[in-house]
Amino acid sequence: MEVLAYLIPISLFLGGVGLVAFVYTVRSNQYDDPEGDAQRILSDEWDDKPKP
Amino acid sequence: MTAQVTSGTAACPGCIASPAEPARPIPQDVQIALSLPGIHCSACISKVERELNAHPGVEDARVNLTLKRAMIKAAPDLQAADLIPVLENAGYEAHELDPGALSATQTDKAGRDLLMRLAVAGFASMNVMLLSVSVWSGASDATRDMFHWISAAIALPAIAFSAQPFFVNAWSALRVRRLNMDVPIVLAIVLALVTSLWETALSGKHAYFDAALTLTFFLLAGRYLDYRTRAAARSAAEELTALEVPRATRLVDGVEEEVSVASLGVGDLVLVRPGGRMPVDGEIVSGQSELDRSLLTGETLPVFAQAGLNVSAGEVNLTGPLTIRATAVGEDTSLHRMADLVAIAESGRSRYTSLADKAAKLYAPGVHILSALSFVGWYLYSGDIRTALNIAAAVLIITCPCALGLAVPAVTTAASGRLFRKGMLIKHATALERLAEVDTVVFDKTGTLTSGTPELTNLGDHARSDLEIALALAEASSHPLSVSLAKSARDAGITPAGVKDTVEVPGFGTEGLFRGQRVRLGRAEWTGAQDGDQTAAWLSVAGRTPVAFLFSDSLRAGAAEAVEAFREAGKDVILISGDTQGAVQALAGKLGIENWIAQALPQDKAARVQDLSNQGRRVLMVGDGLNDTAALAAAHVSISPASALDAARVASDIVLLGNNLSPIADACDTAVKATKRIRENFRIATVYNIIAVPLAVAGLATPLIAALAMSTSSITVSLNALRLR
Repeated sequence: MEVLAYLIPISLFLGGVGLVAFVYTVRSNQYDDPEGDAQRILSDEWDDKPKP
Repeated sequence: MTAQVTSGTAACPGCIASPAEPARPIPQDVQIALSLPGIHCSACISKVERELNAHPGVEDARVNLTLKRAMIKAAPDLQAADLIPVLENAGYEAHELDPGALSATQTDKAGRDLLMRLAVAGFASMNVMLLSVSVWSGASDATRDMFHWISAAIALPAIAFSAQPFFVNAWSALRVRRLNMDVPIVLAIVLALVTSLWETALSGKHAYFDAALTLTFFLLAGRYLDYRTRAAARSAAEELTALEVPRATRLVDGVEEEVSVASLGVGDLVLVRPGGRMPVDGEIVSGQSELDRSLLTGETLPVFAQAGLNVSAGEVNLTGPLTIRATAVGEDTSLHRMADLVAIAESGRSRYTSLADKAAKLYAPGVHILSALSFVGWYLYSGDIRTALNIAAAVLIITCPCALGLAVPAVTTAASGRLFRKGMLIKHATALERLAEVDTVVFDKTGTLTSGTPELTNLGDHARSDLEIALALAEASSHPLSVSLAKSARDAGITPAGVKDTVEVPGFGTEGLFRGQRVRLGRAEWTGAQDGDQTAAWLSVAGRTPVAFLFSDSLRAGAAEAVEAFREAGKDVILISGDTQGAVQALAGKLGIENWIAQALPQDKAARVQDLSNQGRRVLMVGDGLNDTAALAAAHVSISPASALDAARVASDIVLLGNNLSPIADACDTAVKATKRIRENFRIATVYNIIAVPLAVAGLATPLIAALAMSTSSITVSLNALRLR
């Protein structure tokens, strides 16, 4: 059961990374236009190079 | 944040659409915001962005499909008015929005706050669930205790942070000695934490940390959906309001100055230019013009205006500049007296209790009594306060309104989203539920069923030479009738005759010289004709009897379809207008409406709607004018088009963003479906409770059963709501 000593901190750390990533996406306005983002993926503009 | 998350009791529409704010300075970084009610797909996005980016002066344009908006970064001298035709040529309807009002919603603090709490609850519950699953699958003794302690260490701070909205709401309800949905929620969360801590300290088998967190997570999800739907509607409604900047031109010793309407006083001289709206009640001191009173009275015929005539705030000046002396300002204007009528009528509507409130009223006391009874019962039976408390907590957790909390917001979000895609904005939380009950539809005529723009009806009756002269005269004026006449004539391939020295005589018409003879196009008495009861412009050529160009108000797109759909659905359709008998009768005949009333005063409209309500009818009022506001507020539910006056939009529950009326009938259909889904959801939640509650009361519930019941019911309810999309 010593493995728990590693596994539990790791699982907590990974959960924390997920939370921080989510907070980052909220702060950078990535949920402002969910429908538009879903539709934009269908457009073939900027497929060859990223939008400047 | 406390105000937005109460479970659907913000009753007055005025709280949701706040009144126009004073004009604010445009920020340095020039941004133009356009509302695009017609966009719906990826092709629309790229086309709009391409068109806008190709326009000189535009630095960057980005479309937001969720809000149906385009945000444009542009050179300082570029106006929204320059871009709207560009989009209209590409086939997209566009309206200007105030970027100042938008920036308030972009950094939407309350929404983000809720989202953060939701995220913390979500991540904490995932971690705790992981530990709980190990406990359920057989961890025992010291391992189980350790897992429980770690769960407690995660759950306590996470709940202290993320469940705050519930604590705040429950406290504010308890303080005024009332029960709302949040009271049982908070009780369940707190009791679950306390008993679980106690159990953990005593190395007990069952801890409900995961249940407390999942509960918080699902409930926050419901709150967030609810908030998002309403915030989107609120911001858009505010944008519409922000379109009208209340400014006026005051004359002081013959010098013009721009002031805000609020600073005008009685006795001030106010200059109203053609196309402008009267800011105050007053008397015309000088100038001649015609007035469009349709927004106030529903009359389509412009009224001749000259010195001595009394004008009311809200009337539109059509042709010549007018100077008026203010006789009533601000609160005393007829416009505001109308708003008072609205306030009286509104108190009736706030009595409506939403389905969620009804459920909460039944539910909250029931749950408390059940939980208390099982506590007392078990204490008497076993004499062990620990067992009794554990069972009471299990009952509270299992009955906790997880699914109930999601039942309404999940459905309203899906339904509002669907209606928003069709160009309708649901402003009021219970509007959909009320719309579903409608059995009578009352329409206003001018500006609602008709578009408010005149249309020439008898082009074919005139000689070509007359049309040529009329076109030449019409093109010298910006009067709505002239504009319409010129457009019809041009479309028919008429070319203007060589009329010289054309001058517009404000309030009368246009005159000029054609082959040395005086020709006039304008009001009947000015051209020497007899006035009829139809909207008409008269053409007089020296030595001949004047001929009349007759106009009727053109039908709004989708009006016929909407009326037809309502009739097919078995609803009574009534037309009430302030316009003349003839005009109303003609329109009613065209649309096949049997029940119509003409020359109705604003009070008559409201009284008629009130009468219908007293007979037990559920009335949907569709109107746009100031004369409709009282009726809009008195009706069970109301809709106004985006072109409506500010006051009318504030008084109505739903705003139609596009120009087409046909989505209205569809909205009723969606509302009926939405209410059906809400009831289904309540039933689903009840069924889960019926199965799980006896287990909990009998003391057989484990944290696993609680987690299963809670998650499955919440997910079933959300999936059921998604069927509506």
